[in-house]
Amino acid sequence: MIEAIQLTVNGDTREVGVPSHYTLLETLRYVLGLTGPKQGCDKGDCGACTVLLDGVPTLSCILPLQEAIGHEVTTIEGLADRDAPHPLQDAFDITGGAQCGFCTPGVLLSAAALLTRSENPTREEIRNALSGNLCRCTGYTKIYEAVELAAAALREERASQEEAP
Amino acid sequence: MKLEDFRAKQAESAASEEELHEALEREFHVIGRRLRRTDGLAKSTGAAVYTDDIALPGMLHGKILRSPHPHAKIVSIDVSAALALKGVHAVITGSDMPETFGIIPWARDEYPLCLDKVRYVGDGVAAVAAVDEETACEALDCIEVEYEVLPHFLDPEEALAHPETPIHDPKKPGQNGNISKQVRLEFSYVDALMEQSDAVVEGEYYFEGTNHTAIEPHCAIGYFAPAGKLTVWSTTQVPHYLHRELARVLDLDVARVRVIQPPIGGAFGGKSEPFDLEFCVAKLAMITGRPVKILYTREEVFYAHRGRHPMLMRYKTGAVSDGRIKAVDAKTILDGGGYESFGLVTTYYSGQLITAPYTMESYRFDSTRVYTNKPCCGPKRGHGSVQPRFAIEVQLDKIAERLDIDPIELRRRNILEPGARTINEFRVNSNGFLQCLDAVEDAADWRAKYRKLPYGRGVGVAGSCYISGTNYPIYPNEMPQSAVQLQVDRSGRVAIFCGASEIGQGSDSMLAYIVSEELGVPLDYVRILSADTDLTPVDLGAYSSRVTFMCGNACIDAAQKIRQQVQQAVAEEWLCRPKHVKLAGGWAFNALDTEAKVPISEAFNMAEAKYGALGATGSYNTPKDIHGSYRGGTIGSSPAYSFTAHVAEVDVDSETGFVEVQRIWIAHDCGRALNPILVEGQMEGSAYMGFAEAIMEEHIFKETGLHNAPSLLDYKIPTSLDTPEMHSLIVESIDPEGPYGAKEAGEGPLHPSIPAIANAIYDAVGVRIDRLPFSPPRVWKAIQQRAEVD
Repeated sequence: MIEAIQLTVNGDTREVGVPSHYTLLETLRYVLGLTGPKQGCDKGDCGACTVLLDGVPTLSCILPLQEAIGHEVTTIEGLADRDAPHPLQDAFDITGGAQCGFCTPGVLLSAAALLTRSENPTREEIRNALSGNLCRCTGYTKIYEAVELAAAALREERASQEEAP
Repeated sequence: MKLEDFRAKQAESAASEEELHEALEREFHVIGRRLRRTDGLAKSTGAAVYTDDIALPGMLHGKILRSPHPHAKIVSIDVSAALALKGVHAVITGSDMPETFGIIPWARDEYPLCLDKVRYVGDGVAAVAAVDEETACEALDCIEVEYEVLPHFLDPEEALAHPETPIHDPKKPGQNGNISKQVRLEFSYVDALMEQSDAVVEGEYYFEGTNHTAIEPHCAIGYFAPAGKLTVWSTTQVPHYLHRELARVLDLDVARVRVIQPPIGGAFGGKSEPFDLEFCVAKLAMITGRPVKILYTREEVFYAHRGRHPMLMRYKTGAVSDGRIKAVDAKTILDGGGYESFGLVTTYYSGQLITAPYTMESYRFDSTRVYTNKPCCGPKRGHGSVQPRFAIEVQLDKIAERLDIDPIELRRRNILEPGARTINEFRVNSNGFLQCLDAVEDAADWRAKYRKLPYGRGVGVAGSCYISGTNYPIYPNEMPQSAVQLQVDRSGRVAIFCGASEIGQGSDSMLAYIVSEELGVPLDYVRILSADTDLTPVDLGAYSSRVTFMCGNACIDAAQKIRQQVQQAVAEEWLCRPKHVKLAGGWAFNALDTEAKVPISEAFNMAEAKYGALGATGSYNTPKDIHGSYRGGTIGSSPAYSFTAHVAEVDVDSETGFVEVQRIWIAHDCGRALNPILVEGQMEGSAYMGFAEAIMEEHIFKETGLHNAPSLLDYKIPTSLDTPEMHSLIVESIDPEGPYGAKEAGEGPLHPSIPAIANAIYDAVGVRIDRLPFSPPRVWKAIQQRAEVD
């Protein structure tokens, strides 16, 4: 059965027709064409499907669509709000935080949520924040470096904004 | 845009005068620098399109019905109810593709769907294509299969003991059908030299099977165009071999088959041969005329497997009192699972790849790969040699203990000299193993820690070597192992076409760095099209750590042909010598007078005016006189070998048996680091993966043949909280034949992780754990037993 629902994704509120049993991940990937969130296990184990729900990292592969209604969904496609990539995206590129890249969208969104609540996170805080996102390529080291680099870039950005008249 | 505008645009991204002077002074201006990847931003912004991200108009969804029995004859299959289901477009069974496939041409033993027999729980017996995934699943439930259940074997020694129930027909009449491959080789006189040894150590080691567990599950899409051309998009590391096998099994002209490999979400050897889903999407597409996609569930990935072979290894090692190794005697049983896969190679590798970095006066191995009724094992990162490396490095630790020699010192005394041949006659060119040992000894502060840390804390060391590509292709032929084609655009852009598989290791970036180095174009003026069998010249694939070495050399070959043309054309214009025309940083300039310079695009235009369209092909093939002179002596030979040493530092909780690996220092000789960031990424990822196998991974089965834990929750792989701190120490030995001296970095650095951790556990609590993984119950039990003895 197809249901018409209203969904807010990456700032756009849209009316979409979705099979009633779809999860949020299926809706994002198959209905809205947002393929940034990945399916690695379909059981909520790997974290590749992570999106932000009102800013909170959420496993979209086990989230019934109904529970996303009325909330702001952010996928990796909606992380950058300007012409340029988000400082986290740039930092991952600089440090080599992405190898195969399959876990990267989920890792980045978990990291983005961390950086909104902690502007200078310790290594331990980063490890905790990313513990729900399995990465099989990097051994995590270059991911930590990326998050630290992005945190520094964001702090600098904020400082220069405060200085500006 | 006008040509001038193109040039102006490019000049903006060109190097400054200062940078040009710098480029002149350096040997390289791109190679060796910590640069970004070419695909980094596409991946971090979610823009990269993986196989499952592709949706074609009218696409159907396929599913494969799998056997619930580990060993059974198929008596009958009735698909009529499934076909009658609304929304089902096609159902196929084994008889629709009655042709065997396999990665090794003389060991093809799998059908795309089983014809008359299933050999493990999960073997495919039928496939459907339907309008959506739900309908496809429903259709599978409607298929009736009648099985005649046969006795099954999960243990290789049990399978060996029951030749009356062969899992496969015997390879030769009278042979045991449960033997997949047997190799016995002896170099020099093991028994006599063992007797001359002052210390002889015997050990039995067991390496548990492990899965690659790439985060992206296998996926394939088939499309059969009305004109009769098949296209398959697949998560494969070997598009060329898949191309050949698809054409052969489906009886299609090779020219009418195209394989495209999109970016891959991790592979580690788990996607390096054809799988049932690729044949099924192709056949279903041919029948329905519609695109068909199959995406494995995570459970199917565990059953498709092809992961690390469980190995039972009995080792006897003899050494004289100064620590020099006299004799190594190895007897190994490999648990192959239901099919052949790369089994022939794995069996050889289990013996052939451990004859460096140490000299040994004599060596014998006897390896037997056995079929069992479990998912088929295959190549996983460090194919065939990670398991025996565990055994041999722990044996060395035991000998060092016995002879009272520091284990790093013991390894130094046995080092294979650079340029020497191994005892099994492989040529080893560059060899930075000594520097690797020095590097980890210093960085880990070894001398202050070894046998000096308090009870419960310890350090351990191990070394290894690995191939940079196999010297011979999988199917015998005289053609190059790798080829690259370059095409230069008038705007100054260079397009690279290469069959190489980007699987996350950075092969696309590596090719771009080389072109940028040779032709002086900025990196963002390089385009890479890789792994599309219609458009790219053949590369054999991303396996055996061959890509940097072989594609890199092919790419240099092509780029230098163009560079020479450009230098010649510019030199004629400037009335100077071609060798003084340098291409770097977006400019062509005169090395003797950097004021004389033009944007690189203009230089390309001069060359195009003189020579016609600018393009070149390059290729690489291996030298053919560097292997053993005996049967099997080609397997394991490589144009170059990488070397690694690890020191691991662990905390062992003697109350719980819980081992916490605190740190791993990884020194790896990669020849030359073309981009140190990518090399470190491979070193850290490898050490992580070895650590994971040491501490937690177990690919094991229930009595019924069902997988014990086919999910990412139950099959434990490390999270960020589990993973130790890792310190990468790059050693550059500059190989005479590698591209700019480079060798591999993707697989070698995994090997020492496991024995280094095992040896560190011994240093910490005085117990030897010779069986993987080093899980709390096993470690705790060993500590208890030791306490009882004490």
